[in-house]
Amino acid sequence: MKPESNIPTGGDAHLRALTEPPWVRRSLIVAALLFIGFFLVLPLVMVFASALAKGFQFYFDAIREPMALAAIRLTLLASFISVVLNTLFGLAAAWSITRFEFKGKSLLITLIDLPFTVSPVISGLIYVLMFGLQGWFGPWLSDHNLQIIFAVPGIILATVFVTFPFVARELIPLMQEQGTEEEEAGMVLGATGWQIFLKITLPNIKWGLLYCVILCNARAMGEFGAVSVVSGHIRGLTNTLPLHVEILYNEYNYAAAFSVASLLALVAVGTLILKKIVEYKYTDELKAQKEMTATGGEAP
Amino acid sequence: MSIEVRGLTKVFNGFTAVDGINLKIETGSLVAILGPSGSGKSTLLRMIAGLETPDKGEILLTGREATHVAAKERNVGFVFQHYALFKHMTVFENIAFGLRVRKDPEDEIRNRVFELLNLVQLQGLEKRYPSQLSGGQRQRVAVARALAPRPTVLLLDEPFGALDAKVREELRDWVAKLHEESHVTTLFVTHDQHEALEVANRILVMNHGRIEQEGTPLEIFDEPATHFIAQFVGESNYIETTVSEPGLAVWGPIRFAVEGQAVGQRIRIYFRPNDVYVTGDFETLQVRAQIVKTRFKGPVIELRLHLGEERYIFAHVPKGVSLASGFKEGQDVWAGITAYHTFPVDPGEYQGAGI
Repeated sequence: MKPESNIPTGGDAHLRALTEPPWVRRSLIVAALLFIGFFLVLPLVMVFASALAKGFQFYFDAIREPMALAAIRLTLLASFISVVLNTLFGLAAAWSITRFEFKGKSLLITLIDLPFTVSPVISGLIYVLMFGLQGWFGPWLSDHNLQIIFAVPGIILATVFVTFPFVARELIPLMQEQGTEEEEAGMVLGATGWQIFLKITLPNIKWGLLYCVILCNARAMGEFGAVSVVSGHIRGLTNTLPLHVEILYNEYNYAAAFSVASLLALVAVGTLILKKIVEYKYTDELKAQKEMTATGGEAP
Repeated sequence: MSIEVRGLTKVFNGFTAVDGINLKIETGSLVAILGPSGSGKSTLLRMIAGLETPDKGEILLTGREATHVAAKERNVGFVFQHYALFKHMTVFENIAFGLRVRKDPEDEIRNRVFELLNLVQLQGLEKRYPSQLSGGQRQRVAVARALAPRPTVLLLDEPFGALDAKVREELRDWVAKLHEESHVTTLFVTHDQHEALEVANRILVMNHGRIEQEGTPLEIFDEPATHFIAQFVGESNYIETTVSEPGLAVWGPIRFAVEGQAVGQRIRIYFRPNDVYVTGDFETLQVRAQIVKTRFKGPVIELRLHLGEERYIFAHVPKGVSLASGFKEGQDVWAGITAYHTFPVDPGEYQGAGI
């Protein structure tokens, strides 16, 4: 690596040469701020303001109410299972796609993206058509006393489907970039496949993995469309947080609806902060990777 | 015999990378596989390490059949071209890796790692991370890591390829010295003839997936077995001509004695620029020439000589001799060729133009 100081720092001069006259700059900045304020900040503030409209006592009661607690539990359960399953699947898919050559590889990569391109409502419907009473497996399931649609398994299935691409999508390019040399080195040094994965592969992708787990979790918690179709909206049983918000809202119980919604908003804000922190580490990881593979790269 | 390979073949999507190679490498030797890129030398090395599966043939390591043995059980040390150090581990942990995975006792690991840090002269750097090391230091860590589990053979893939010229030369000497101290059978792959000639005690020259010649550096340099080696190893003048009468071929003013070639046979003649003798004083040498270009090449001066018509050859004259003789562009001189090699041209072969 060349010492940074040798590179002429003409950044400012370049910026000045490129920028528009001051009035254009100012109006663009103001427009952007207004837009963000109107579409992002204001609604967020509104959520909390409406939630607290009837005071803190009401706010906490709305959250502590049994139906709300049941919704929180179900949301946590569904998102936990989706994150675990999709992390395992994502790792397996990224590993096999970047480490082996096999037929149908490009088809697999395309299929991984499917949940992103299909409307969530449609994906919910697919499960109803498969596992619903009138669906393909419906009669068999009811014969065996198994219920998937309008029950917790359906909600988990729908959530898994919708968040399916997050981990694999993020890991494939990362693992492609990292290549296989370190793993080969581990292999020649006598490590087993499992040792290679735990000691070499996983530490190399840990920040990238954490990054997509966070995004996957946020999406899983907030999923509405697909879950709405398969849930059946049975209070206390098959209601997730977003569905619970909808029900409260439809009952004109605005303050309670916004109180529960504020939980989801807090999750979103928390995710943003976490994401920023992880992104910071993740960029370091990518940078270190680039530096180490650069030919003749030397430490400063 | 440390490494033995019989009829080894590897085909990638219809391209034969390694084509039925046989080789034997004696225990304790330091051998270079020299070849241009795409000659299959890295593939050969990776098959010996178990990183590629051969399509045909067999590999024996220390006399034992190893063709179907997994890489992790072959007990070979492998140094990758870009080192492939574990980025998230310290130098200590990198070197200890091969010992950790087989669960050696902690105090033995410590002793072995510090022993190796001494051997590769990186004492005191055990707590650094690879990104905090220079290219040459990374290379040494890679060698130490490969040697830690006491491999029976050490394989190095283009070991100095990614380093700048100065560090490269230092590491060349260092590898030769390291080999003297450790006596591990060492096989390295390179496209750089200087590396092969200087470091190795035997050289295998590869081209198009086959071994074209095997021998000591001196044999490879002085007695190239094929015209490919003659032009690949060292610098060469290369001319094409026809045997005009028994035992004689003529190229412009130069007469070459050629043995064992039929009259009318197309031949290629190679001679090193330093086997061209140039003088301005005597008229006893056979060829009259004119210096058209001089080029400073460090210890030698390269002279481009015009032999009339469209015939040019290069000569390398020691700098001192050139200065003493006052060679300059445009000067008329006499030249003689002291050593050359002749190869017949196959009729079907591409016939490149001479210089």
